[in-house]
Amino acid sequence: MTDIAALPEPHPATPRPTRSYLGAGSDLRSWLLTTDHKRIAILYALTLTLFFFIGGAAATLIRIELITPAGDLVSADSYNKLFTLHGVIMVWFFLVPAIPTTFGNFILPMAVGASDVAFPRLNLLSWYLTVAGGLLALVSLLVGGVDTGWTFYTPYSTLYSNSYVTLAAAGVFVAGFGTIATGVNMIVTVHVLRARGMRWMRLPLFVWSIYATSIIMVLATPALAVALLMIVVDRLFGLSLFDPDQGGDPIIFQHVFWFYSHPAVYIMILPGMGVVTEIITCFARRRVFGYEAMVFAILGIAIFSFFVWGHHMFVSGQSAWASLVFSILSFVVAVPSAIKVFNWSATLYGGHITFEASMLYALGFLGLFTLGGLTGLFLASIPIDVHVHDTYFVVAHFHYIMVGAMVTAFFGGLHFWWPKVTGRHYSEPWARLAAILMFVGFNFTFFPQFILGYLGMPRRYHSYPPEFQIWHVLSSAGAVILALAYLVPLVYLTLSLRYGRRAGDNPWHASGLEWATTSPPPRDNFVIPPTVDTDPYAYHAAHEEPSERDESGGDHQSSRKDEMP
Amino acid sequence: MNSILSLAQASENARSFDTLLLVLVLFSLAIVTLVGTLVLVFSIRYRKGSKVTRHRVPRLLSHQIEWGWTSATVFVALFFFWGAASIMVRQLDPPPDAMEIHVEAKQWMWKARHPNGTREINALHVPMGQPVKLYLDSQDVIHSFFVPAFRLKQDVVPGRTATTWFTATEPGTYHLFCAEFCGTSHSQMTGEIVVMEPEDFSAWLANRPEGDTLVAEGRKLFTTAGCSGCHAEGSDVHAPDLNGVAGRRVALADGRVVTADDAYLRDSILLPARDVVAGYAPIMPDFGGILETGEVTALVAYLRSLGTQEGETP
Amino acid sequence: MTEARHDPFHDIARQRHAAELGLWVFLASELVFFGGLFVTYGLYRYAYPSAFEAAGAETAIWLGTINTAILLTSSATMAAAVWAGEAGHKRHVLIGLALTALLGLTFMGVKGVEYYKDISESLYPGAADFPVDMPGAQVFVGLYWAMTGVHAVHLSIGLVAVAITLWRVRAERFDWQNTALLHVLGLYWHLIDLIWIVLYPLLYLMGRSL
Repeated sequence: MTDIAALPEPHPATPRPTRSYLGAGSDLRSWLLTTDHKRIAILYALTLTLFFFIGGAAATLIRIELITPAGDLVSADSYNKLFTLHGVIMVWFFLVPAIPTTFGNFILPMAVGASDVAFPRLNLLSWYLTVAGGLLALVSLLVGGVDTGWTFYTPYSTLYSNSYVTLAAAGVFVAGFGTIATGVNMIVTVHVLRARGMRWMRLPLFVWSIYATSIIMVLATPALAVALLMIVVDRLFGLSLFDPDQGGDPIIFQHVFWFYSHPAVYIMILPGMGVVTEIITCFARRRVFGYEAMVFAILGIAIFSFFVWGHHMFVSGQSAWASLVFSILSFVVAVPSAIKVFNWSATLYGGHITFEASMLYALGFLGLFTLGGLTGLFLASIPIDVHVHDTYFVVAHFHYIMVGAMVTAFFGGLHFWWPKVTGRHYSEPWARLAAILMFVGFNFTFFPQFILGYLGMPRRYHSYPPEFQIWHVLSSAGAVILALAYLVPLVYLTLSLRYGRRAGDNPWHASGLEWATTSPPPRDNFVIPPTVDTDPYAYHAAHEEPSERDESGGDHQSSRKDEMP
Repeated sequence: MNSILSLAQASENARSFDTLLLVLVLFSLAIVTLVGTLVLVFSIRYRKGSKVTRHRVPRLLSHQIEWGWTSATVFVALFFFWGAASIMVRQLDPPPDAMEIHVEAKQWMWKARHPNGTREINALHVPMGQPVKLYLDSQDVIHSFFVPAFRLKQDVVPGRTATTWFTATEPGTYHLFCAEFCGTSHSQMTGEIVVMEPEDFSAWLANRPEGDTLVAEGRKLFTTAGCSGCHAEGSDVHAPDLNGVAGRRVALADGRVVTADDAYLRDSILLPARDVVAGYAPIMPDFGGILETGEVTALVAYLRSLGTQEGETP
Repeated sequence: MTEARHDPFHDIARQRHAAELGLWVFLASELVFFGGLFVTYGLYRYAYPSAFEAAGAETAIWLGTINTAILLTSSATMAAAVWAGEAGHKRHVLIGLALTALLGLTFMGVKGVEYYKDISESLYPGAADFPVDMPGAQVFVGLYWAMTGVHAVHLSIGLVAVAITLWRVRAERFDWQNTALLHVLGLYWHLIDLIWIVLYPLLYLMGRSL
């Protein structure tokens, strides 16, 4: 901490507002009817925390069940309902909204220098839709559960399942509109509400990542809505759209579903990439290496994400040539991800690196994302996918991306912006311990699952042949550490609200505009609307520039090669 | 059977699979080492307070290397695609002499039927070294036929017949799993694949009660289900002659020309009005609710035999 | 009347821009939503060309055609209302919106009659005496109900929005001249119209050529 305190303050002193956003009323009404993006972000954070621990509880039961090969803790039906619950809650009520609705809501308007999002009331509506959808999903759980898996594959979900599919699908459907509304809000905010001088190529990469994510949200979520709608009307009115006996084709459902659900993976991971970029640049005190390449990588990922859905269907019986096309596109989408990993590593070069908790989370993200991305190459290879499809290898792969990378980035962002949001410091030693525990616990839990998958352990199995047991036991043991690592922050972050040291306006001496105002910020974010005259991440003097390319920013293209010494 | 870290290589596919996997694992190790070393070295060398001088990024490390890294990644991606795709393309079609076995999936069991009619439930015996082609049908929901030791998986989607094939190379007993979630007892929908030396297999087959062969059952059904009433030679009804129909190019009433493959034959029995042959009235009744999946499979097998065995007529 | 500009915007031009951009983004999202249905339709149409033609010939083409004319006219009256709004003619805004609402209601009425006719003619999936005995025909009819149903839901939302706007303009509850609200409402209404123009040939003209 003392290291950081000695650093120069990047922002000029700001006049003190009379009160912070937290001071603008404290009764329930002032929260539930608020249009303040910061308060809505807090509402989202509390809601998502609840869902995260519900989904986590289901995961805990699953891991306990799998310690022994026989299905002895819960019945097969209960097990099926547990993993469905885990998937539905975690994907739609935690991972997809996680960063865009919390940090996106709280930080993005400030990071572009605005006083709120473009449509504050729509923003509140998004939250209510998410809560309503979540409640429907929870009710479907309480009245008896759903056993289709989060993928809702037909014809099982339409003709065979005797569980509350309609209710759960309706919940996800409703929440989907909340997601779309958030996407619209973020896109318009970035377009219309940037501060004076905040040119596109001066936007922090976190803003870029939320922008790209929002585009995917707006253009992919409706495909999910259609897929779910077809299931709901099929179940309610017997429209038999996917009934093979009526000539229906279950594969068509898969196409529509994955047209959403593959881009959804990038809805989950892109914001994490943005958060991590903010953290790494701040604690390395370096301008990000290759800003433009990072922007294009983000946009490239967003665009390509729409053209790779077929790699979920290599063994479904789609034509071999379609598989080949989806395979090569899936390999190509790895390229922008690789650029990002390289640029994050290179950003560290020549820095003055400190290792606060959020930096540890960011570095952990880097490792886990690299592993998750590399195993993605395995899955893009058709012959390997044929073997490991629907096994624990796939389970491990997407957990590395969605939990390892994305949830780690979420915790990184939480620790990075906590002082801004609350005005308080948390216990740094405990936070570092939790970050290390999370990295260790995660690998301990999920790495054995790669091996399980290779050995042929299918996913969604309630009981399994005994030779797989050792790997399941290892995985469950790791899950204990992981669960601990998720619970510890709950304790010290809560304690910090009361006992934490005052953080000051910019404890990390970070460069983003959100740090130019007070902590916690006032209702309208800035007392004086900010103007921008530098590129993002201005952490160091010109003579330390990483390369001539990054000096130029975006708007005046690099023509300064000759000036190189 | 298997040690905890290795999986039996029991088919020809398994070998090329494991080679590709090994290459990818080594490549991943190299990348993890590279990224890990970069992060570690930078973290230590450029930690705050260390006394090293912070230069500009050397030219070598600037945007040239960005381009280098990007194009290297593209190259590697294309290289792996080429490697993976060529293995896949090589394995697309079964050898013509493959032994054909019909497998039917339903909640929650696998039913197999050998060419001579021998039936098995949740087990499949196959001879070593002999290519085996599987015809897979589902009676209800989507299942997936997964044999880890063969590195083989094929979804079984209701309403369409899936095919896949393998050549077993090691005698032994291997797991058969259902890999696509199919309801309550999904994890019980397992079985064994028993690979035997060819002579053992013949002995095993000889000791099994021989059911009707599929073709024989299909021939019976052709009469009992009423097909012959219209399709037999000399019938008064104007219906297409089915001799040698399998594999033939067929002109349809709506102008399309299709190949009468298994899927077409199957659809023509279940959904006759969908692809009406040019020159015939759409009068054939729908057999979708009348025949069971297994019976359709038998009929299709019989129709296929009409194309291959000269002289056999309905 | 309250002030036209509101937070977080500093000037009304940007606020208009934001509202219009927001709606365009939403329209893109809507197109993907219907796009999913169109793609499903297209794939099944490819699989069952003759069943789709036979089932398509069963839909009530006269009612469908009348409804197409009604909806197109309502788009014209809506456009008139938006123009009047920009020119500041309150009376014409009110007339335009009222006509739009009326035509929208008529559309829903005709649609209701058509649904009643469909049900009495067993034109729904799973009907005991379903008129077309071809595989895939029920899928067509399932899609018919799903697509027209979703369209009707959109139209109902549009009707409510038009009614509320009508009332709010009349009572001067907001600055209808300077804000983008009328324009945005118009865009949404035209989208509903546009979707119908795609649905009409897919569901009514299919199988009636020649």
